Amino acid sequence: MKHKTPLLDQLESGPWPSFVSDLKQEAEVRAKNVNGVNYQIPVDVCEDLLGVLELSFKHKRTHWKHGGIVGVFGYGGGVIGRYCDQPEMFPGVAHFHTMRISQPAGKFYTSKYLKQLCDLWQFRGSGITNMHGSTGDIIWIGTTTPQIEEIFFELTHTLNQDLGGSGSNLRTPSDCIGAARCEYACYDTQNLCHTLTNDYQDELHRPAFPYKFKFKFDGCPNCCVASIARSDMSFIGTWKDDIRLDQKEVKAYVGGEYAPNAGAHSGRDWGKFDIQKEVVALCPTGCMRYEGGKLEINNRECTRCMHCINVMPRALRIGNDRGLSILVGAKAPILDGAQMGSLLVPFVKAEEPYGEIKEVIEAVWDWWMEEGKNRERLGELIKRQGFQKLLEVTNIKPMPQHVKEPRSNPYIFWKEDEVEGGFTGDINEFRKYHQR
Amino acid sequence: MPEVQFAGKTFVTDEDGFIDNYTNWSQDWVQFVKKEEGIDELSAEHQQVITVLREYYEKNGIAPMVRVLSKVTGFKLKHIYELFPSGPGKGACKMAGLPKPTGCV
Repeated sequence: MKHKTPLLDQLESGPWPSFVSDLKQEAEVRAKNVNGVNYQIPVDVCEDLLGVLELSFKHKRTHWKHGGIVGVFGYGGGVIGRYCDQPEMFPGVAHFHTMRISQPAGKFYTSKYLKQLCDLWQFRGSGITNMHGSTGDIIWIGTTTPQIEEIFFELTHTLNQDLGGSGSNLRTPSDCIGAARCEYACYDTQNLCHTLTNDYQDELHRPAFPYKFKFKFDGCPNCCVASIARSDMSFIGTWKDDIRLDQKEVKAYVGGEYAPNAGAHSGRDWGKFDIQKEVVALCPTGCMRYEGGKLEINNRECTRCMHCINVMPRALRIGNDRGLSILVGAKAPILDGAQMGSLLVPFVKAEEPYGEIKEVIEAVWDWWMEEGKNRERLGELIKRQGFQKLLEVTNIKPMPQHVKEPRSNPYIFWKEDEVEGGFTGDINEFRKYHQR
Repeated sequence: MPEVQFAGKTFVTDEDGFIDNYTNWSQDWVQFVKKEEGIDELSAEHQQVITVLREYYEKNGIAPMVRVLSKVTGFKLKHIYELFPSGPGKGACKMAGLPKPTGCV
């Protein structure tokens, strides 16, 4: 290896797959170059990356310069520019830009497709990736400015593949695997994710928003893609009718034929399955009853938390009248504190072409694009102008489901037309009855 | 910092080709930047965007939001990309001599 890396070498021991070993392996592959690839960026990029990382371990400081603005013509985002602050010591990573590649919904791949991506990235990039970024993109880590347009040309012309989003725009949407292989999926998350990604390409590639905006699609309230925490607009599947209940299968759970939670806790002896203790008593609304070998659910009181279904997936199934809830405003702490999504639309059908869902999205965008301050997330605009305003712009009637609890302070605004006589009082009229 | 020579002048830039100092900007800079930003011929509309950006920056100390740029110039975002293929940040701001956009880009 080009640089000594005593600190990083320690991370090659232990049972977990070592990123250091993997990087060294890639460095070796590039050095040997048995396939005779005409590398377009420095051959020793991986070695210099390990070198600069070792230096950061030593200094306990990053060695990347501030920011970086690179990209492809026609788009305002998709590439994260990055330059090393020790380019003489580590010329292989003097330019080390990251490219975001739009991923297929649910992240299902064929090896043929991945191999094509790898061939291109070996040739024009570092060969280092992140599968995947937290937002969902395939991430290509490390290339130089002149390669960016070349890669983009090849991606679009040969691989039929676009970039992901970055900047103050719609970021790459992502979803749980949904109905592809989950019996809890209340709608086709992949189809909705894919459709909206295609419909809003313009908003994704050319930043036009006050700040970033993310979509995420969860098939049920288990939230496997964590939409409620990590997207400005969160789409979470649910149902409106009764949980489908198979008493015969319930008996099989009680009798011990099936492991509870599909065997998720089999690593430890938790005793025999106790339906009363593990399901009925844990139901958050207490709407279940198990008597005489029969399980009953008062569905009117069910909040569809998924617990009973999660514990007995073979006996309990989601209802047949399905759709999704829309929650808005989730964000990380900066600037004014972390937020999770707040319920905006309790239930909407998720059927192609998704007209009702798009109406909500576009109404929210119209409002936020006009009223949002520079770098103000939707969640912060809702705090600043009020949830009431959000309901007005989306034309949604306020309902008890919109709050966890009613306000406790009495600072209540009224609209002038709601108050008899309006807001224009005459002090002289008042004085007629009240002396100074 | 890299230095570039153009029309007998020297400009100091960063790695991304943004000028080191707003006050070192001149029309020569515009001529120099246009080719690397994919612009063949400078039109009055290009010039208008540059003027708006510089006036806004002089007055407010920051670049305008995309929405404000559209409103003041009357150009839709789509048209701004037609004028500046890299977009208002990398394309127009660089050409106008404004500091490099920062944040989560």
